[in-house]
Amino acid sequence: MKIVISAKGQDINDLMDVRFGRCRYFQIHNLETGEFKVLENAGQKSGGGAGIAAAQQIIDEGVDVVITGSLGPNAFDLINKAGIKAYKCDEISIKEVIEKFKNGELQEINIAGPSHHGM
Amino acid sequence: MNIAVLSGKGGTGKTTVSTNLSLALNANYVDCDVEEPNGFLFLKPNIDNVYEVEEEYPVINKEKCVGCGMCVKVCNFNALAKVKDDILVFDKLCHSCGACQYVCKFGAIEYKKRVIGRIESGSAFGINIKQGILNKGEPMAVPVIKKMLSSINRNELNVIDCPPGTSCNVVNSLKYSDFAVLVTEPSNFGLHDLKLAIELVKMFNIPFGVVINKDNGEENIIKKYCINNNIRILGTIPFNKKTAELYSKGEILYFDRDHKNIFDELVNNIREVLPWS
Repeated sequence: MKIVISAKGQDINDLMDVRFGRCRYFQIHNLETGEFKVLENAGQKSGGGAGIAAAQQIIDEGVDVVITGSLGPNAFDLINKAGIKAYKCDEISIKEVIEKFKNGELQEINIAGPSHHGM
Repeated sequence: MNIAVLSGKGGTGKTTVSTNLSLALNANYVDCDVEEPNGFLFLKPNIDNVYEVEEEYPVINKEKCVGCGMCVKVCNFNALAKVKDDILVFDKLCHSCGACQYVCKFGAIEYKKRVIGRIESGSAFGINIKQGILNKGEPMAVPVIKKMLSSINRNELNVIDCPPGTSCNVVNSLKYSDFAVLVTEPSNFGLHDLKLAIELVKMFNIPFGVVINKDNGEENIIKKYCINNNIRILGTIPFNKKTAELYSKGEILYFDRDHKNIFDELVNNIREVLPWS
C-alpha cells in the first residue's frame, strides 16, 4: 500500500504539514516494501489551483492513501474521483503519522474543508 | 483622459477621493473595485443599463476525448485535471487562453461562455457612473475590469476608482490610466503600501501625486517621505469628526461647505500637472 503524506521536510522525522495544496513536500511511503520517495509539491508555487496541481501529482503517482490536515473542495473532488482514501492527522512527525495510520487511529476525511485554507 | 485613484492599502479613502473628485471635475465615475464596489453607496445613481460579462471555458466532448491528458499538461492555471481517463474542468480557474483547445489532436475541446459578473451604468448629480460587479465566488476580477475600461471613452474625463493592493486587478486598471492619484494615510501601514503603489505606478511611467487622508495638519511620515523623494502632494483630507460623520451617513463631502474646497484644490493641483481642455 502506497501512502502519501504532506510534509514540511524530506526526512521521516520531519513534521507533517497540515496544508495539502501549499505544503512543501509529499513523502510517499510504501508500507509493504518500505520504499520511500520524496516529491516537491507541484502546487506549492502555483498562482492558483494549488490543490488541483497537488492532487494531480499524487494521483499520477498511483497512491492508495493520502494523509494531510484537510483537503479543499477541488482537491477533495479529485482525490475522491481517483478512489484515493484520505485521512486527517495533526502536525506530528511523519514517523508517528505512519504509526498512527498502521494502528487505525486516523480519521477518514469525508468532507471538503474550506478553500484557500493553507494560503 | 483617465485618472486612476489607488492606494495600495485598503480602507484609506480611495472611494472618498474618487467620488468627490468625479463631482469636482464633472467627470465620469468608474468603480473598478469589482470585488466590493462601494462608490454607489455615496453617489446613489439611477441605473439605466446593466450588461453581463462573460468568460470562456473549455468543455470536453467525451465522445472524442481519448484521455491523453495533453490539455492538462499545457494548462498553466491548473484548470484541468486528469483522473483515470476522465478530464475534469475547473472552470473558475480558466483564463480562457485557448491552449488546451490548441493542443488537442482529437478536436475534443470546445469553448463555451459563462457569466462571471455584470457592469451597471447610470447617472447621479449630473455625472455618468459605471460600476463592475464580480459575482460571488468568482476568483478572477480582471475580465470584468478589462471589459469596463475598454468600453469607456478616453476622450472624456474619467475617474477610475481602483481596487486595493497592487495585484493584477490594479495593474489592469492602471493600463488604461493617464494619471494616478495615490491615496494614503499617515500610518506605518499606509506608508508601506504607498511605497508599493508608487513602485507600480512608476512602471507605467505616468504622472502621479499623493493625497493624504486623516491628516491632522502636522508633520508626519508621509509628508516626510514625499518631500525626501520629490513626490507631489496633491491634497490632504482632515482627520476630524465631521468628515467621519458625513462619510458614515453615506453623504458626499463635496456638497458640504467645509469640505468642498478640499476637492476643488485637488482639481487645481491635478490640472497643474495634467493640463486638459
